[in-house]
Amino acid sequence: MRELELYFGPQHMGMVGNFSITLKVEGDRVVEAVSNPGYLHRGFEKLMEYRTWIQNFPIVCRMNVVEPDSMEMIYAMGVEKLAKLEVPERAHYIRSIYLELARVGSHLFGLWAYSNMLGFDTVAQWAMYHRDLILDLFEELTGGRVYHIYIWPGGVRRDFPKGFKDKIVTTLHSIGGCVPDYNNTFFENRMFYKRTEGIGKISQKEAMELGAVGQVLRATGMKHDIRKTEPYAAYDKVPWDVPTRENGDACSRVLVIRDEMIESVHMIFKLLDNMPEGPVYNRVPNPLKWTIPKGDAWVRIESSRGELGLYLVSDGGDKPYRAHFRTPSYPHGLIILEKLLENASIADVGNIMISLYVVAPEIDR
Amino acid sequence: MKKGSVFNPFKAIRFLFQKPKTLCYPFEPKEPAKRYRGFHLNDWDACTGCGNCADICPNEAIEMVEIAEIKPEPGRKNERPKLDYGRCCFCGLCVDICPPGCLSLSGDYFHIHFDTDTFTFIPKNEKSDGEHFLAPPDYSILKASLSHRKKDFPGFSTDLDYALFEPERVPMPQVEPEKRKLSFIEQVLGYSEEEAIKEAERCLECQLCEEACPAHLKISDYVRAIRMRDPEESLRKIFEDNPIPSICGRICMKHCEDACSLAIRGEALSIRWLKRFAADSVRDYKKVLEQKPAPPSGKKLAVVGAGPSGLSVAYFSALKGHHVTVFDSLPGGGGMIRVGPPLYRLPIEAIDKDVNYIASLGVEFRFNTTIGKDILFEDLLNRFDAVFLGIGTTVSRSTRVKNAEKCILALDFLERNKIGERVKPGRKIVVIGGGNVAMDVAREAIRLQYMNYPGEEIQTSAVSLEDWDIMPASREEIEEAKEEGVRFHPAWGPKEVVLDENGDIKGLLCMKVKRVFDEQGRFSPSFYEDEEMFLEADMIIEAIGQAPDFSFIPKELFENLKFTPRRKVQVDEFGMTSIPGVFAGGDIVNINLDAVTAIADARAASEGIDRRISPKAPLPTSL
Repeated sequence: MRELELYFGPQHMGMVGNFSITLKVEGDRVVEAVSNPGYLHRGFEKLMEYRTWIQNFPIVCRMNVVEPDSMEMIYAMGVEKLAKLEVPERAHYIRSIYLELARVGSHLFGLWAYSNMLGFDTVAQWAMYHRDLILDLFEELTGGRVYHIYIWPGGVRRDFPKGFKDKIVTTLHSIGGCVPDYNNTFFENRMFYKRTEGIGKISQKEAMELGAVGQVLRATGMKHDIRKTEPYAAYDKVPWDVPTRENGDACSRVLVIRDEMIESVHMIFKLLDNMPEGPVYNRVPNPLKWTIPKGDAWVRIESSRGELGLYLVSDGGDKPYRAHFRTPSYPHGLIILEKLLENASIADVGNIMISLYVVAPEIDR
Repeated sequence: MKKGSVFNPFKAIRFLFQKPKTLCYPFEPKEPAKRYRGFHLNDWDACTGCGNCADICPNEAIEMVEIAEIKPEPGRKNERPKLDYGRCCFCGLCVDICPPGCLSLSGDYFHIHFDTDTFTFIPKNEKSDGEHFLAPPDYSILKASLSHRKKDFPGFSTDLDYALFEPERVPMPQVEPEKRKLSFIEQVLGYSEEEAIKEAERCLECQLCEEACPAHLKISDYVRAIRMRDPEESLRKIFEDNPIPSICGRICMKHCEDACSLAIRGEALSIRWLKRFAADSVRDYKKVLEQKPAPPSGKKLAVVGAGPSGLSVAYFSALKGHHVTVFDSLPGGGGMIRVGPPLYRLPIEAIDKDVNYIASLGVEFRFNTTIGKDILFEDLLNRFDAVFLGIGTTVSRSTRVKNAEKCILALDFLERNKIGERVKPGRKIVVIGGGNVAMDVAREAIRLQYMNYPGEEIQTSAVSLEDWDIMPASREEIEEAKEEGVRFHPAWGPKEVVLDENGDIKGLLCMKVKRVFDEQGRFSPSFYEDEEMFLEADMIIEAIGQAPDFSFIPKELFENLKFTPRRKVQVDEFGMTSIPGVFAGGDIVNINLDAVTAIADARAASEGIDRRISPKAPLPTSL
């Protein structure tokens, strides 16, 4: 049969983000897939070399539209490690709560994309609405809905506003009350399993060889989470569990996302209960003049899509000499996606792509 | 996975009875959160135009533009931030760095307009721009634009606890009051290198201070040099405008710190102590500065008085190649600075360090030489190409109340303690005056009492016409005097010095002050004659101000010397008096009566002297 080249994205209904895949198809089977990032090249890492340590905060968060908070966190951690800054205890808790809220918001966004892709439009709209409730929380805490610019070297930018604890609890309860609805319509729906089971399957060995992280790796049965292995913020202060699945297919990945959301909500409640009083910010030196001693730092955290790393170098100046991010979308979008799309049917291309949860700007840094 | 019932889909019917989750926009507007980061608001009255918002903006969305209606003054520029909303990312860094806290973000998040030029915008607030701020019912989404703003709609605002600048200064190590009042050791110990760098790091380099400094020192440059661990470069920057940093670093009246943008909500940058650090950390000025005077011009300049203005004129003129001779009746340089500020504030070594450097530039100093006695003023005029008068105010004023001649005058007291034989103090001393000199006198008096009568009962009190709120002495001087045990009696005026039968001082009879200034703001105290207070004392020191002594100028010349309405010598923009060839500066010219203003006068005068006597420079028409 004749081979055909098919362009999937960047302007395609099923494509999320500025990204495309060139498919070589034979009938409705994909023979070869090539990922094409580069539709969003803003040169973040280079831009960062021209801005002072503090001025970089509004930039790093733009590297991930869906969950800007983990980017802020990792950059702040890198700066703190280089400048040897201490963070107050309460700020650690606030950071953890904030990052878990972001994780829930990000996973809801992923659920929107995935259910939309499978044709579950109602579930998609629920997920979007519930994400909006989380954005309302962020608006109240930080003043911004999408780009919060809240985590700061030495702590966080402002303390919780009055009554914010209760507001988190109410919001999470109202979202949690809808979990049975989600289960009924989506996660326990036969249609969901028919579409996802065995699709985009990857074995644990292969996943590790190809550099998979986050729920892609956890869906193969690997209990790996940076929050557990190298706890940062307040993740070692409360008990929680790492959800995993065994099959390594699209279905497992989505179920891991659901379990993680539920685990995050429980974790937020525990963190809120244990949160100490006290200051939330150790003042950084004058940001217009702040120079950080020569050195380099490697930090990593668990973002909502997996392990996120930052290598930050200072030459003793007021700007970073080099900032390099190791983002989870990089192996997922460029290596694993191409691998999984081989021999997949055209109808499953979007399915597989979104189950890997690729965020394009993370690749185009 | 379980097999669902056929009727499962019908469960969805209940959703039909739920309220919609979305807002019916635009009829149902979304209320932003209290911290919402919307369009900017700027309180123009509080804004100093420092430009820190423009400096920190990561997108260069803020530009400082000059506003014609605003009159610039020291510490306030007439520039205000202009926002380009095509670039702004609403991160709020500008709000967190704003030193006066005038910049904030509002809850407004709409801007609808056909004209793209409206996206650049100079924010104001309701106070400074009432017409564009509509009352809430008037505001609608259809009207919403930068020229139709909602009133009382604040969003993300400043919070000093989370500000990006450091409002607190690095504390200056000082000798404890209990210890320092027992001797004349220098009270302020000076910053260590680490402390100085930490303090210098607080500087935002907005340069408001440079406008406020009478001598316009390049403050941000020398503070930056300290931050870069280069005090030598710092000293070079200071010497461009100020040849006496060791003196000024200790006793400057620091007009710069009053203008510092950090001082609005926190503590000003310790500019004076940083200057002192730069001067103290360089042991040999000559080696570091490497200044070479211009080739000799062959012109001669006589400077009367080796005070700050005289020293500065000598320095600037010597660099221009003129031969300068400085005359002073005291045995060393410094003028009133040598005798006035007590040893615990300004040690003699610090003065000599600056004076010796100026001498090393070829300036000839003739100390112990009194003009009018040792050399006649007319001779100076004949023998030199120009004469500069930096004579200062050397005569203490007396209250002239009954028996006032029994009192000691402040300058005599200070001079003897500093460079002569120390005064034997009384056990109960009353100081009349509320200015900085009175503080110096009172604090010296209490030291002398502790040194002379250890363990005995002593008392020093200060009586001033002015109440606490208008006392002319600086706040820190008053606080330090209090810490050392000086008792204050503000708003009391002297009525009579009471003597005992032997003719010795018994005490001071005071009367309550009604007001110090009259309606026109002129000094004209009035008293409640019937309200009296008696302060027991065996020594009374008058420190109510000083006057210049012009007795050395011959009568016929003095008649030509013009004075301003405030009894200051009248000079033109280049410091020349109404007598051609005679220039003047310092306390006899300016009303600030401090060293740094004297330097500013000297700078102008040295320029004028150079233009007048140097054959190269054309003579300005005004001279």
